[in-house]
Amino acid sequence: MASPQPRIGVVTYPGSQDDRDALWALGALDAEAVPVWHEETELPDLDAVVLPGGFSYGDYLRCGAIARFSPATAAVKAFADAGGLVLGICNGFQILCEAGLLPGVLLRNESLRFVCRDVPLVVERDDLPFTSRCTVGQRIVVPVKHGDGRWFAPPELVRELEANRQVVLRYGEPCNGSVDDVAGICNEQGNVMGLMPHPEHAVDPLLGSADGALILASLVESARELVLAFN
Amino acid sequence: MKATVVVRPKQGILDPQGEAVETALEHLGFTVSAARVGKVVDLELDADDPEQARAQVQKMCEQLLANPLMESFEVEIHG
Repeated sequence: MASPQPRIGVVTYPGSQDDRDALWALGALDAEAVPVWHEETELPDLDAVVLPGGFSYGDYLRCGAIARFSPATAAVKAFADAGGLVLGICNGFQILCEAGLLPGVLLRNESLRFVCRDVPLVVERDDLPFTSRCTVGQRIVVPVKHGDGRWFAPPELVRELEANRQVVLRYGEPCNGSVDDVAGICNEQGNVMGLMPHPEHAVDPLLGSADGALILASLVESARELVLAFN
Repeated sequence: MKATVVVRPKQGILDPQGEAVETALEHLGFTVSAARVGKVVDLELDADDPEQARAQVQKMCEQLLANPLMESFEVEIHG
């Protein structure tokens, strides 16, 4: 029997930019990539959801602050609360933080400069649905492109997150001034993850790195296991 | 009734915008020991009672206008 293709949704908000690349990358990694419009109040039948990068609602007020109120975000929250796999990339990470699905907040880069380059990342967890293809301590190269990527949380919250091992990825070199060089974090249950770097832009050596595929293929594989478990 | 909300980066939070403004002011010859950049939101409300208006705006700040992790806010109600 051919292995089933998991259905992974990608939400498009007004101002999303990387939704098409995310759809393409998931398709290339053998998922059925399903576009989801921000006005949809219910998600179609999905095995995982990706919130893509971009500038939803023009980054008005704060990055991700307005997207939090869109109908699709409420549906994604319900999906996540029920244990569904949700990955937020860049603006998607900002939205998940503003929606309270992930801890902390993303602030203006320390340098005040937009950073757009490949960065090394160090993998801290390989036991998550998003990192099963990685190994702890592995260095991977994935591009970033953001002006507001400095992850911040108050010290007591950082201590709690570190104790719970919720830091999934750290920058391997200074990038934007994030507390503890955090590049990606997950929720306590481990079914929601956000990261500033763009794995969907690094799924083929032609793009400069294929390391992003490690993360997205982990997600596809985990979603496929869910399909197999329920059939 | 009108209200003004001032949102500021919390004390201790690095504010690179403020630092850039401080440097720019120094370039102009001003002596500034610190600058912090926040934002102002002016609101017009359907409320008759200032206390009721304040309570409403307080909720708005907590739920949307400020992110309590990084920002503090002040509310001013104008008759």
